[in-house]
Amino acid sequence: MEASFEPRITAFVCNWCTYTGADLAGTSRLPMASNVRIIRLPCTGRIDHLFVAKAFERGADGVIVSGCHPADCHYTAGNYHARRRFGVFRELLSFLGVDPRRLTFSWVSASEGGKWADVVNETVARVRELGPFDAYHRLADAPVPDGDPFAALESATPRADGAGENEPSGVHASEPGRGRAAATGGSGA
Amino acid sequence: MSRIGVFVCHCGENIARTVDCAAVADALREHPGVVRAEDYKYMCSDPGQQLVKKAIEEDGLTGVVVCACSPHMHETTFRRAAAQAGLNPFVVEMANIREHCSWIHDDRERATAKAIDIGRTIVEKVKQDRPLETIRIPVTKRALVIGGGIAGIQAALDIADGGHEVVLVEKEASIGGHMSQLSETFPTLDCSQCILTPRMVEAYQHPRITLHTWSEIEKVDGYIGNFTVTIRKKARSVDENLCNGCGDCQAACPSRKVASEFDAGLGKRTAISTPFPQAVPNIPVLDRANCTLFKGRAKGLAKDACGKCKEACLKGAIDYDTEDTFVTEEVGAIVVATGFQLYDIGREQPAGLKGYGEYGYGEVPDVIDGLQFERLASASGPTGGEILRPSDGAVPRTVVFVKCVGSRDPEKGMSYCSKICCMYTAKHTMLYKHKVHDGRAVVFYMDIRAAGKGYDEFSRRAIEEDGAEYVRGRVSRIFRDGDVVKVWGYDTLSGRQVVIDADMVVLATAVRPQPGIAELAQKLSVSYDQDGFLNEAHPKLRPVETNTAGVYLAGACQAPRDIPESVAMASATAAKVLGLFSADELERDPSVALVNERTCSGCFHCERVCPYGAVEHRDVCDMEGHVCGHVAWVNPGVCQGCGTCVAVCPSKSVELAGFTDSQVYAEINALAGW
Repeated sequence: MEASFEPRITAFVCNWCTYTGADLAGTSRLPMASNVRIIRLPCTGRIDHLFVAKAFERGADGVIVSGCHPADCHYTAGNYHARRRFGVFRELLSFLGVDPRRLTFSWVSASEGGKWADVVNETVARVRELGPFDAYHRLADAPVPDGDPFAALESATPRADGAGENEPSGVHASEPGRGRAAATGGSGA
Repeated sequence: MSRIGVFVCHCGENIARTVDCAAVADALREHPGVVRAEDYKYMCSDPGQQLVKKAIEEDGLTGVVVCACSPHMHETTFRRAAAQAGLNPFVVEMANIREHCSWIHDDRERATAKAIDIGRTIVEKVKQDRPLETIRIPVTKRALVIGGGIAGIQAALDIADGGHEVVLVEKEASIGGHMSQLSETFPTLDCSQCILTPRMVEAYQHPRITLHTWSEIEKVDGYIGNFTVTIRKKARSVDENLCNGCGDCQAACPSRKVASEFDAGLGKRTAISTPFPQAVPNIPVLDRANCTLFKGRAKGLAKDACGKCKEACLKGAIDYDTEDTFVTEEVGAIVVATGFQLYDIGREQPAGLKGYGEYGYGEVPDVIDGLQFERLASASGPTGGEILRPSDGAVPRTVVFVKCVGSRDPEKGMSYCSKICCMYTAKHTMLYKHKVHDGRAVVFYMDIRAAGKGYDEFSRRAIEEDGAEYVRGRVSRIFRDGDVVKVWGYDTLSGRQVVIDADMVVLATAVRPQPGIAELAQKLSVSYDQDGFLNEAHPKLRPVETNTAGVYLAGACQAPRDIPESVAMASATAAKVLGLFSADELERDPSVALVNERTCSGCFHCERVCPYGAVEHRDVCDMEGHVCGHVAWVNPGVCQGCGTCVAVCPSKSVELAGFTDSQVYAEINALAGW
């Protein structure tokens, strides 16, 4: 892992609680790590788990999902659907080759600017420790096999326990994976 | 092809101090699809808005990104400006580089890089934005007011006088609230009931006010302009249409020793009773928990043990077999005015509170709270207005008043100031001294907070003219010692310990929200703070609105409030409600869900997760016109735009306008290059 590794974290937050809580953190001038980019959605209920998968695929090292506390949802129940969905999705994440520790799920209300700063700082610290998430780029950059297409896939897929991610990666250092993602990004899904 | 304009705001120095705004504009100018990028000192000012408008007209922009503050702050401002320049307002978006960037970072280089990222992300989103049309929905011009205290009565009267129907719901048997319990009011010392009861009668007799007492809110459905509220009318056992309030049932009732809630436990009432003689409506309630007949039925007695009230009622209004009934009301706006309760500081406390066991409240009968003192001083109270201590009915010669019991004490009580106690304690000392001329009134205080018109003069009068002794310091212990109540305190100004042999102690306990406020808040989707007070939409600029459109707050449900403030808030809510009712149609954000009928398989997962019941079934017909299936359809008037249906749709047949999958994926992809 490079010494200068700066995690890139995408946050999916609801408009009413966490986005407003993050606004409050700003109004209260609470300093926090600058590694998080927020995507505002009306409700955590709107968050398709494929958003999270896509964020990882596109090069995020960590993802935060945050909304209103149970029983405080602006839309009554969206956060309950989100909670149930992410309970299941967390399991699927390991199967996708992503260490579940890269995903933070939290409740931050509109009055909890301090808690938002804590969630950001804790997630950045945790992901920094886990190192860059580049398993998908290594997979994408693996040579195309002539014969059995699955043979090469198996050798390139990281182990499900996440141990493979922490190995120093030449692919990441030279960043061809990042370049690929950048080249295809920005033009819509 | 997108033609997007990016406008970077310095916000004076708020953004420019940590973000290089010119560099942000330069970087975004190079971004594909961006045809113009400018920075300006105050984008929200008139010249700033002119800049945006001019660019829209000159460059024929198809989308606008304003890199400035939170969308909660100025999205409306810039969307309005864009609309004036002929651009659809829903292709204008805010990139929040103030709250989410400049204010929380101090490294200029990294903050600038982050601001560029944020700008790019929103540019990518705007590329996928589609013009939307504002939705217009009809408004039901009737209001619901929850709580019949002074705030609720004032709001109901103001709205009704403005020409609209009001449904007023009160959980107790009578309207009037805490104000009806007070003896006299500060800073004028006029009789509370004398100014309140005429208003209560006015509300009751108003042709446009429907009153439901002994009732609670069961369920709230719908949204601004179109709420459907289910009200539970608790079993009263007395027919409201037949009862004429003669009081014969109360005279006949043999259960006469029930502690009166209205007299704060100091007086007694019958099991069937009105809370006080001036109750509105003057219709009694049978308290089943304390009624001989119902206690007998609960034990399983074959024959009813009593029935005296029914025998006494000449109108035949009493029916022992009534059940709770439900009434449904259609309203367009809701005013919450549920008021407060006093912190019951005894040893028994719910989780999270510690109480003040050392003050002997609930154990020493002569230690009472402020509301109990109001009843002692009230002409309609258990002593007829004479100040007599509860234990033996003697006139107390020394009364100690302790302020800030539970307030401004984050360790054991509440961290906030209860606001009304300084004033009502000054009033208590005056009422006491006016009735017991040679008596001694000692007040333990932390600070005297008497801000308000005539308030400081009033509290000074208590000290200078009526001779109340103010001791600056706290009380450590209150206990019974023979005939007296010992008060151990500390005078921080003279640095001495103070021990007072008091005859009675009055504790100014903290103001807290009503029990059950959290459940009500959840029914209304209104948020509340850590102390349980309901949250206003903005502490300064929108103090009586909530984040749920169409729900307003009046009085002490929002924070500790005195009577003038509660009345002012109530009139403010009425102004808001009348404003809402002034138009026949309401304009709504078009951010609602849309179903693609061609791909919908009719599984109706969306219907199951929709919290508003906005999803309806639509028939699909074959070529001969026979119904061959069903697809979902979202009622745009009911949909609130949460998007939960979008996330659960297995065939991706629902889209949420303003937050479509393509918009969100555009944002995610934009971050990939970061």
